[in-house]
Amino acid sequence: MDTLLEITGLSKSFGGARALDAVDLDVRTGEVHGLLGQNGSGKSTLLKVLAGFHQPDEGRLAVRGEPADLPLAPGAYRELGMAFVHQDLGLVPDLSVCENLIVARLGAGVQKRLRWRSEHARAKEALARHGLGEIDTRAQVASLSQMQRALLAIVRAVEELREDDHAHPLLVLDEPTAFLPRAGIEQLFELVRGLVARGASVLFVTHDLDEVIELCDRVTVLRDGRLAGTAVVRETTADGLVELIVGRRLAALAQREPAAATDAARGLARLRVQGLRGRYVDGIDLELYPGEVLGVTGLLGSGFEEVPHLLFGSRPGHGTVTLDDEPAMAVERLKPGRAVELGIAFVPSDRPLDGAVGALSVADNVTMTTLAEHRRGPLLSRRSLRDTARQLGEQFAVSPNEPGMPLGSLSGGNQQKVVMAKWLQRDPRVLLLDQPTQGVDVQARRQLFDAISGAARRGSAVLCASADYEELAALCDRLLIVARGRVVRELRRDELSKERIAEHVLTSTTMPASDLAEAAQPLGQGPRVSSENSPEAPSRSRGATS
Amino acid sequence: MSTTQTDTRSAIGRRPAISPAALLERSGLVIAWIAAIALFGILSPDTFLSSANFSTIFGSQAVLAVLALALLVPLTAGDYDLSIAGVLSLSSMIVAVLNAKHGVPLGIAILAALGAGLLVGAVNGAFAALFGVDPFIVTLGTGTLLQGLVLWLSSSETISGVSDTLSNAVITDRFLGISLGFWYGIVLCVVMWVVFEYTPLGRRLLFVGRGRRVAALSGFNLRRLRWGALATSGLIAAFAGVLYAGVTGGADPSSGASFLLPAYAAAFLGATAIVPGRFNPWGAVIAVYFLVTGITGLTILGAASWVQDVFYGTALVLAVSLSTWSRRRSGAAAADA
Repeated sequence: MDTLLEITGLSKSFGGARALDAVDLDVRTGEVHGLLGQNGSGKSTLLKVLAGFHQPDEGRLAVRGEPADLPLAPGAYRELGMAFVHQDLGLVPDLSVCENLIVARLGAGVQKRLRWRSEHARAKEALARHGLGEIDTRAQVASLSQMQRALLAIVRAVEELREDDHAHPLLVLDEPTAFLPRAGIEQLFELVRGLVARGASVLFVTHDLDEVIELCDRVTVLRDGRLAGTAVVRETTADGLVELIVGRRLAALAQREPAAATDAARGLARLRVQGLRGRYVDGIDLELYPGEVLGVTGLLGSGFEEVPHLLFGSRPGHGTVTLDDEPAMAVERLKPGRAVELGIAFVPSDRPLDGAVGALSVADNVTMTTLAEHRRGPLLSRRSLRDTARQLGEQFAVSPNEPGMPLGSLSGGNQQKVVMAKWLQRDPRVLLLDQPTQGVDVQARRQLFDAISGAARRGSAVLCASADYEELAALCDRLLIVARGRVVRELRRDELSKERIAEHVLTSTTMPASDLAEAAQPLGQGPRVSSENSPEAPSRSRGATS
Repeated sequence: MSTTQTDTRSAIGRRPAISPAALLERSGLVIAWIAAIALFGILSPDTFLSSANFSTIFGSQAVLAVLALALLVPLTAGDYDLSIAGVLSLSSMIVAVLNAKHGVPLGIAILAALGAGLLVGAVNGAFAALFGVDPFIVTLGTGTLLQGLVLWLSSSETISGVSDTLSNAVITDRFLGISLGFWYGIVLCVVMWVVFEYTPLGRRLLFVGRGRRVAALSGFNLRRLRWGALATSGLIAAFAGVLYAGVTGGADPSSGASFLLPAYAAAFLGATAIVPGRFNPWGAVIAVYFLVTGITGLTILGAASWVQDVFYGTALVLAVSLSTWSRRRSGAAAADA
C-alpha cells in the first residue's frame, strides 16, 4: 500500500505549553486510519495544522509522496485532495439538500447562472452513487434525520473532492458520530467502507473504541502531545488501545458493587431522580445525598453533560424528581425559576454566555439572585449590595476584591469564583455543576474545589458533570459513568484517579472489562451494558425502559 | 491610615475611582449641549438666547423626551419597540376625538388614551414574549396598523378644540419659568432612574437585556419581564401622546411618525453619556434637548426644513456607533478573560 499522507516530527507550542511534540502520522491509500487520544492529547491541534489553521513550529508533510510546505495556507488542504467533516457537520438546516451540496461551488462563484433542474439531477446522482438515493434533494436539511444529515455531510465532502479529480482523496472525519443515535450507525460505516473501496482514505477521529474496532484498519494514538503508538487494529484489543491512550498497564477493572448497602445507612436522599430522559439521556436513575459530591461523566455525546440541565429545567426532559420527603415532581414541569425557588442552584459551563454578564459589575452579578434581601423599604440599598459583594469576594478569594469592577475585567478563575459565590451564598439544597473549573488556572481551581467541598460540608448535595477526570478525581465521592444515555458504571471515592476514570470511560461503550476480548462483534447486535441488565442494581431499573 | 482608605472608598461609592477621561466621557453630552448653546448664542444672540425660545424648546419637546423614555424600558430589556410612534398618534387622536368631537370629559378621554396605549403594549408583549416572535417585526406591524387606525378614527383630518385645561396643564402653566410639560418629563425620568437603579425589578430588566441566557439560568421569569417592559412602553408612549394633544391643542393623524427616529436617536445618544454603555433616562433626556437645540439653532440660522431629517438621521447613526463602541469597550475585558 502507498502512503497517502505522511507527517513527520510535527511540533507546536502555545506559549510555554507543548501541544504537539515530534508527532509522526502516516495514512495509507485505501485505509481507515483511527486517530485516538484523550482531551488535550493534541488531536485537534494536529487537525488544525492540516486545515491550515495553526502554524506548526517544526515538522514535515508529504502528500502522495510529494512534499508540501508547512504551514499550509488556510484552505490549501483542498488542493491537496483533503476534506474535513466536523462534528457540527457544517450544513445549513434551512436550505435544501441540493443547495447544501453545491454550497462550496456557490461560494467559489464559478457559475454565472444556476440551472436547478440539472443541479437536482446531479445531486440525486451523487447521493445514489453512495447508496443514499432515498434522500429527496428538494427536502429541507432540517427535515432529515440526524443520521441522514451526517451521511449528507460526508457525501458532500467526498463529492467536492471528486469535482477536483483526485483519484485518492483523504477524508478527515472529526468525531462525526459523537452525537448520533446508535441505531443505524452501520449505514455510516457502510458509506465509509464504500468510499475506501473506491480509493479514498479516511482519517477517523473518535473516542469510541467500538467504532475503532469496527471500522479502522490502523490507529495512531496521541498522549500529552506525543506519539503514544501506532497499531494495526486487527492485531490489538480494546485493552491494548486503552493502555495506549491512558498510558499505563491496565489493572483489572473489577466492576464494583454500587454502594447500595451504604445508601440505606445514609438516610433519606436529598434528590431522587427516576427515569430521566432528554435529548441524549435515555433513562437515568440516581440518588443524591446531602453532603456528597456525585460526579457524572462519559464520552462526548453520551449525554452526561445534559444531566444538570435536565435537573434544573433549562432543557426539556422527562422523568420524575423528588426532593427530600416532598411530593415527586415531573421533570417536564421543572423550570429554572421553579428550581431556584426549590433551592436548586446551577453553575453552567459556558461562563460568558450562561454564567455571568461580563459587562456588568461584580456586585451586580453576585447579587442578581438575592436582590430581595437587599431591599430597605421598596428600594435597594447600594451599601448592602456592595458590602455583601465585598464580603463574598473575601470569602471566595476573589482577586482583586473590587465589587464595582466589570466582571469581565477579572481573570477567568476569579470570574468563576464570583459565579460560584452567586449561588453558594444561598446555601442551595442541591448544587448542580457543569465543568465547574473549565479554563481556570491552577490556583483558582484549588480554591473552587475548596468552595465546592465546603458547600457539601455545609449540607448541600452536589452533582458535578464533567469530562475533566482530574477535576472529578479531586472532587467526587461517587462517580457515575454514562454511555449511550444510561448509567453503566458507578465508581467510589477510593477508585477515583484520573487514569482510572479514563479507563472506565474509554471502555464504557464496550463490554465490561472482563469481556473486552469479545468486544469486536458488530455494533448494535451484541448486548449493551446498561443499568437495566447489570444485576447489581435491580432497584435502579424500574424507571428505565425503552 | 487604613481607616482613611476605607472612608475614601465608601465616599466614592460602588465604582472605583473615576479617571478624568471617564468623567469626560460621562459628561461629554452635557458639554456638547452647552457648546451648541454657546455657538448658536454667539451666531444669533437675539433670537436664540431669548427666554421665550428656551421655554418653547423645553415645553414642546417634553413630548419627545417622554417618548424616548418610553423606548428605554424595552431597550433595557433587549427588545425594540417600533410601535411607540403609532401609539403616540393613537393616544393624541383618542383624546382629541373623545374630548373635542364627542364632548367626553377630559379626564376620561385621557384615561381611555392611556388604556389604549397599555393595551397595544400588552399585545406587542404577548407576541414577543409569549409567542416568541421578534418584537422588531411585531412592533413594526402594530405601529403601521395603528397609523391606519388613526387615519380611520380621524377621517384623515386634523382635529382641534381639545379643552384648554390640557394645554394649560402642559404648555401654558409654568413652574420656575418653564412649561409644566417639561417637569412631567423630569418626574418620569426620576422615577425611571430610581426603578432602574434601585429596585430589584430594574436590575432584573438590565440582566434580561444584557445577558438573556444568564437571566434565564438564574431563574428570572423572562416572559413576564419582557412582556411587562413592552406593555410599559405602550403606556408611557400613550402619555407622550396626551402631552402632544396638550401642546398642539388637538391631534393630526400623521404627527407620530416624525417622532420615531428622534426618539431612537435620543435613546442611543443618551447611552453614550452619564452611564456610558447603558441606556439611561438622564442621558436620554439630555440627548433630546441637545438634538432639539441643534435643530432649533439651525432653523433660526435659516436652514431649510429638510435639515431636520438629515440632522436626526446623522445623529442616530453616530449615536448607535458611539454606544456600540462604548459597550464593546466595557465588554472587551470580558472577551479577553
